[in-house]
Amino acid sequence: MALIEIRDLKIHYPIRSGFFNRVTDHVLAVDGINFDIEEGETYGLIGESGSGKSTTGKAIVGLEKATSGQILYKGEDVTKPRNRKKLQYNRDVQMIFQDSLSSLNPKKRIKDIIAEPIRNFEHLAPADETKRVQELLDIVGMPADAMYKYPHEFSGGQRQRIGIARAVSTNPKLIVADEPVSALDLSVQAQVLNFMKEIQKEFNISYLFISHDLGVVKHMCRNMAIMTRGRFVEVGTREDIYQHPQHIYTQRLLSAIPKITPASRMIDKSNRKRVEALYQEESSKYYGPDGKVLDLKQVSPTHSVAIQDPVVEGGQS
Amino acid sequence: MDKPENQLLDIQHLHTAFRVGDDFYDAVEDVNLTLNRDEILAIVGESGSGKSTLATSVIGLHNLQNTKITGDILYNDLNLVGLNETLYNRIRGNDIGMIFQDPLAALNPLMRIGEQIGETLLYHTKLNKEERDHRVLELLGQVGIPNPVRVFKQYPHELSGGMRQRVVIAIAIACKPPILIADEPTTALDVTIQAQILDLLENIQQETHSGIILITHDLGVVAETADRVAVMYAGQIVEQGTVQAIFEHPLHPYTRSLLRSMPQADNDSDDLYVIEGTVPDLKHMQTDDCRFAARIPWIPASAHEAHPTMHEVEPGHFVRCTCYKTFHFNDEAEA
Repeated sequence: MALIEIRDLKIHYPIRSGFFNRVTDHVLAVDGINFDIEEGETYGLIGESGSGKSTTGKAIVGLEKATSGQILYKGEDVTKPRNRKKLQYNRDVQMIFQDSLSSLNPKKRIKDIIAEPIRNFEHLAPADETKRVQELLDIVGMPADAMYKYPHEFSGGQRQRIGIARAVSTNPKLIVADEPVSALDLSVQAQVLNFMKEIQKEFNISYLFISHDLGVVKHMCRNMAIMTRGRFVEVGTREDIYQHPQHIYTQRLLSAIPKITPASRMIDKSNRKRVEALYQEESSKYYGPDGKVLDLKQVSPTHSVAIQDPVVEGGQS
Repeated sequence: MDKPENQLLDIQHLHTAFRVGDDFYDAVEDVNLTLNRDEILAIVGESGSGKSTLATSVIGLHNLQNTKITGDILYNDLNLVGLNETLYNRIRGNDIGMIFQDPLAALNPLMRIGEQIGETLLYHTKLNKEERDHRVLELLGQVGIPNPVRVFKQYPHELSGGMRQRVVIAIAIACKPPILIADEPTTALDVTIQAQILDLLENIQQETHSGIILITHDLGVVAETADRVAVMYAGQIVEQGTVQAIFEHPLHPYTRSLLRSMPQADNDSDDLYVIEGTVPDLKHMQTDDCRFAARIPWIPASAHEAHPTMHEVEPGHFVRCTCYKTFHFNDEAEA
């Protein structure tokens, strides 16, 4: 059984307007998605801004209320508050945020920031707590004297590692990482990604890795989903998505990534133009009449795509 | 020295120093660069490397009370360093256009799009209201905004990020400046929008034959668009050359390390390459030694030069310091 299963998750925001401020419409931020995260796995969630990927992550940690659908943790639905408490869900599921500066309280010392989840869930004596914080700082490769400093005294990469130390302080099973490296420089990004992999191996943590950067997701995740307009357009393994993309949206996204090979840039560019033209031309085939992404159809045991009908080779479909 | 026919900008020994306390510290040190017509010159570097400071020095956006700029920035025999404000105001917008990273912050939220673009024309040209409006609509069309007539009357918050960046570009190119400086023009945008904006910049360049300085930290963007590249580290240019030279035969240890730490490669199970240590901050950059030496401690001190200078390895391909000759990664055998 998977560690966490998302079943037909929907998050709709009401739009109020008119004289009586009545609900006139809904924004379908997340509109019926399904996926599983296995223990110790990194699951990638890729999407452009406004696709609903962060909303999905927030709903899983409980910062956003699901309109309908289920989030099954160890087989029980944690959208119900009673189950959350019983399963110690809030302790087992933690989050790493994109902007490390705004996610750390500027008035608190690093020690208090990292100890906050510990103080919530465990009652340790002050000496034990200090020892635990020291251990955590050691895990993320920071000196012990960082404890009595404030967030502004650190660089972006160091702050992101403090955010990770806070997230792992309660020995979580799942960490939702919402764009954890997109604010970081290349060399620092490599440090943080390596480090996330390291603690994953050590503590058998699962990640939900939310990102718009296809290169980073390719490096981190074996299974992934591409999201747009609140729905999944393509779900599959790394090979399925990067080698055999089926949906035009995925193809367009992949062709838009700049390559670091200047020799082939004219070819890459014409390829991108071709896919873009195809996208404009054929998007009606891939989307419903109201612009809604179609339902996923399985094309191979690991690979599902939101298309009308799977292409059946040599037969009637 | 007579200057080549198509040279637009010639930067010689540029130093930009900021005041910290009572002392001045160089954020940009001894930069020599030229920009030609019809070319995209990319300046790559991580945050704090001085790439944006270099750009703002060219367009003169520093507060001279706290900044000391020395050296020469020659534009048509006119030295922009120490130029008085009145003359600089004539240059900015008219001869040098700037595209900023965050289009929402670069636009005035209280002004309609049409007015904002027209403002530049009002200042620099003698067009009347009707001619200006006509030109603004033409510009909106040129930067690929659908329905220019409607957008003309809209406010910045009504547009998406990509559309706003197009408006910023329209302002920058309104007076057809021969030099365009684009400071991280696509960093805040999605990849598909990024591709559109980069295409747009290339198209504009082909039409106007301008020279573009593209400042970015994204190596992919550089490889796709630039003609020449300058790599900056800790305020200095460490390597400079054509885009092919930099990506296919990178020499400086920093360039090589940077390219290796990209998660682009297909070695998924392996860890990414990490450059040891951190970028030195402004106060601690003041050494005459190779500034990258601390990040590659396994290279013996004898491999570095005492006062690293730029060496021309091949025509047009420059590398700072001699450490590139013996550099090898710490997990490789000695070269």
